Amino acid sequence: MAVMSIREAINRTIAEEMERDETVIALGEDIVGGMGTAGGPEAIGGIWGATGGLYAKFGPGRVIDTPISESAIVGAAAGAALAGKRPIAELMFADFVGVSLDQIWNQMAKFRYMFGGKTKCPAVIRLIYGAGMNAAAQHSQSVYAMMTSMPGLKIALPATPADAKGLLTEAIRGDDPVLFFEHKAMFGVKGEVPEGEHRVPFGHARLTREGGDVTIVTCGRMVNFSEKAADKLAADGIGCDVIDLRTTSPLDEETILDSVEQTGRLVVVDESPPRCSLAADISALVTAKAFSSLKAPPELVTAPHTPIPFARELERAWLPSPQKVEEAVRKALAFRS
Amino acid sequence: MSQLGRDDLLTAYRRMATIRAFEERLHDEIKTGEIAGFTHLYCGQEAAAVGVCHHLADDDYIVSTHRGHGHCIAKGCDVKAMMQEIYGRAGGLCKGKGGSMHIADISIGMLGANGIVGAGAPIAVGAAISAKLDGRGKVSVAFSGDGACNQGTTFEAMNLAVVLKVPAVFVFENNHYSEHTGVDYSVGTSNDIASRAEAFGMKAWRADGCDFFSTFEAMRDLLDHVRGGGGPAAIELDTERFYGHFEGDPQRYRGPGELDRIRESRDCLKAFRSRVREFADISADDVDVIDGEVGTLIDEATAEAKAAPPPPPEAVLEDVYVSY
Repeated sequence: MAVMSIREAINRTIAEEMERDETVIALGEDIVGGMGTAGGPEAIGGIWGATGGLYAKFGPGRVIDTPISESAIVGAAAGAALAGKRPIAELMFADFVGVSLDQIWNQMAKFRYMFGGKTKCPAVIRLIYGAGMNAAAQHSQSVYAMMTSMPGLKIALPATPADAKGLLTEAIRGDDPVLFFEHKAMFGVKGEVPEGEHRVPFGHARLTREGGDVTIVTCGRMVNFSEKAADKLAADGIGCDVIDLRTTSPLDEETILDSVEQTGRLVVVDESPPRCSLAADISALVTAKAFSSLKAPPELVTAPHTPIPFARELERAWLPSPQKVEEAVRKALAFRS
Repeated sequence: MSQLGRDDLLTAYRRMATIRAFEERLHDEIKTGEIAGFTHLYCGQEAAAVGVCHHLADDDYIVSTHRGHGHCIAKGCDVKAMMQEIYGRAGGLCKGKGGSMHIADISIGMLGANGIVGAGAPIAVGAAISAKLDGRGKVSVAFSGDGACNQGTTFEAMNLAVVLKVPAVFVFENNHYSEHTGVDYSVGTSNDIASRAEAFGMKAWRADGCDFFSTFEAMRDLLDHVRGGGGPAAIELDTERFYGHFEGDPQRYRGPGELDRIRESRDCLKAFRSRVREFADISADDVDVIDGEVGTLIDEATAEAKAAPPPPPEAVLEDVYVSY
């Protein structure tokens, strides 16, 4: 085990996979940075630092700095994947799916199905998402629920450095298109990462806390918020199962339902507005498939149905928080108890 | 012409005649109601697809459009499997899951027809990135029309191709109609698409897309440039669409006598038949024999497609992912 940040885990995983397999290529805006400037290549090294050093190691043929053209970036990843490569494209902000959406969900998501299973599209799109840096309405969104709704895509959201490595390795080596969501406020989060080969299979959630009184289902940065709430509640004798989904597509229904069948109480924590959200989806799943186990209505901890505001106080009010999770757990427990 | 021997010429004619017969048959069969969905016929543009694809090998790539049957046949897709696909049969090239607008055969570099106008060019640039890395002189061709030339994706793709200096070829088939709107209205550069490619910093050619020889020869020069490492290039092909945007389109936008006129004066098959005899040792009989064989192939393809079974209902759940 080595201790490193999520940023380092992602950077090293890309480098290791490019080293291992020459069909792996990387592309995106400023992933090299400084091209065509007096400062020269790698003057930036990727605005998130996740792609620093790759250009020097693998050269311009495989580490491709692109113009600001998100449709062309994602489309080129799709085309290169059809032609036998394993591209890793970066969308500097997940919000930019709006610019490139056709190539994501009319093209790469559908190739295999439309073409009768006679091809594969092993492309990875890294999307940097999430609120918490006061980046306002167009640079803070968590669009994973919208992407989860599209058949043909796989959606991964690591919450730890170890999962960043394990899930990204799986994404790159897998044969399906993957949207890999990296939370912009989590790049510095440190943790232990296994050395050598480390793959985390998709569709297998991680039970990060075992409590038995209430089930908290969550993903991404909200895992940390939920763990904080669970640890505080544990001091009061309230035990929470905290389930980090790791991937929202495929979804590990079994782990969710097993837990709810034990606890009878569900809280879903989701960093996005509530309508057609992951929270609504998980709530519907549990209500339909574990109805007789439920002792209380599902509690949904989400952002409000608004764009993401800029001011620190407003963004803080918009986001779910450990305190809101704690309140939801207490509410679920209080129902007809 | 000089590089084309008798076999090459007859192969090119056979491909064009096959496209024409395939599309004319669909035009008739669609009226019976047996074929579902939307179909966009390529009749009139055969010389464009064949003049381009005659230069390509199986490991060169093309990305096609909603009007893609001609590109598929020109690139070598199995005609009977295509017909089954359009009839929505289990034995279709895409198992009945794609239909007319999504025919693909990756094994011969045909990366898909595409229902989204302008979506193909970025995908072709991706295949060109791959081709450049492989370093074996392969090229990647994006077929686009005068409609797609107005999409931002096409602009992005052209710029990216120039920036990365990849072996991408942008073929603009200007059939003068973006769906139901004339190019004089919709293409701001005075009905000149090639100049847009030039503005993005690549070399562009212009040729007659109703004349196989004009297209073929311009493409030969273009591909010398691209395969030689000269970066991307574009070609605008002036061509004609003999039918509407889609089958069932009443074509009220056409001028009086326009369809008769273009059928009479801009038919690439007629032009080929008259010109080929000036240059090569090919007789009217040779061409008639091909017409007969093509007619038989299309008869068989249609009969087999009609008789073929549909996909089983459980197939709806298959082929979403490689691994679940």
